[in-house]
Amino acid sequence: MKTCLIVDDSKVIRMVARKILQELEFETSEAADGQLALDACNESMPDAVLLDWNMPVMDGITFLRELRKTAGGDKPIVIFCTTENDLDHIQEAMTVGANEYIMKPFDSDIIQAKFQQVGLI
Amino acid sequence: MNPADFEFISSLIMSRSGLVLTPDKAYLLESRLMPVARKHGLKGLEDLISTLRLRRDESLIVEVTEAMTTNESFFFRDTKPFNLLRDEVLPPIMEKRAANKRLRIWCAAASSGQEPYSIAIVLKELGTKLAGWNIEIVGTDISNDILRKAQKAQYSQFEVQRGMPIQLLLKYFDKVDENWIVKPEIKNMVQYKYWNLLEDPKPLGNFDIVFCRNVLIYFDAETKGKVLATVANMMPEDGKMFLGGAETVLGVSDKFKPVAGQRGVYARP
Repeated sequence: MKTCLIVDDSKVIRMVARKILQELEFETSEAADGQLALDACNESMPDAVLLDWNMPVMDGITFLRELRKTAGGDKPIVIFCTTENDLDHIQEAMTVGANEYIMKPFDSDIIQAKFQQVGLI
Repeated sequence: MNPADFEFISSLIMSRSGLVLTPDKAYLLESRLMPVARKHGLKGLEDLISTLRLRRDESLIVEVTEAMTTNESFFFRDTKPFNLLRDEVLPPIMEKRAANKRLRIWCAAASSGQEPYSIAIVLKELGTKLAGWNIEIVGTDISNDILRKAQKAQYSQFEVQRGMPIQLLLKYFDKVDENWIVKPEIKNMVQYKYWNLLEDPKPLGNFDIVFCRNVLIYFDAETKGKVLATVANMMPEDGKMFLGGAETVLGVSDKFKPVAGQRGVYARP
């Protein structure tokens, strides 16, 4: 079973994402900000990270920069999932090392399609 | 809905489009036809059906058929067929056509354009390999409304995320306000035509590759066989056809055989 870390400061979004990912047979864990996510990754690298952008303490893009610098941090497939939908944000995310990008709002079809494209399912 | 009404409307739709509507799909009538009823100032489905019974209003019949046959679509639906197109199906066909550099591809149910544009992007990504080639992608559908949308090539954020990888989105779409529009270099590779699959498709010409995915599932066995026979007639001996994941030719038609190791790809026997 593949693992996915869901990083979002909204409890509701985490719950929705968790339900969708569990249906796709992922083992999920959750973090409410970038720092907590980094701590979780240092403990055990997930196969995938579903990542919000705007969060307190540490935002998603900072988390991703830090993750990619960490030993083994090049492995997880990182999929941004954010309300930021302008070209500048998308470009920046891809440059920093995101594998895919979801613009909120999302549904299970979108999650499934994106996870399929990056080879997670 | 009473059985007589269901029988009437389902056989009308069947005769027009080949679409088989079984009673367990009756809910589709409600969700698809209520907007049509409302548009014509009718209270509900019963009134719509009575109106159709009363007089054969051709434009209303076309609207009803279109509403029932329009399907949700994804870019790169199922992913794998498009990889097979690029890696397995195109190379041998291109090798054989190297002399005249001409390739024709048909999307038999183009819907709102996601499939033909996905094919165009696959080809575009081949880059210089296709320099000097004359490639035609023809998308047909039974719904004029949906073809207008395909031609417009404009998709909502929601629609583009159903299957379009972010890198290709950045490369081949322009963002205009909250929508994403297919760039002319891709849009111009596809032409659209109104076409009913139950009619003789000779005027469309011949095609080396045919995408006929997720269309047959709506037809009964006899219609499936007829459509496959027609498609076979429009293809050269080395042509290839793609069907949807839930479709097969086995027991339906002897005009095609599955290609071993290439799921969803069919060749002439």
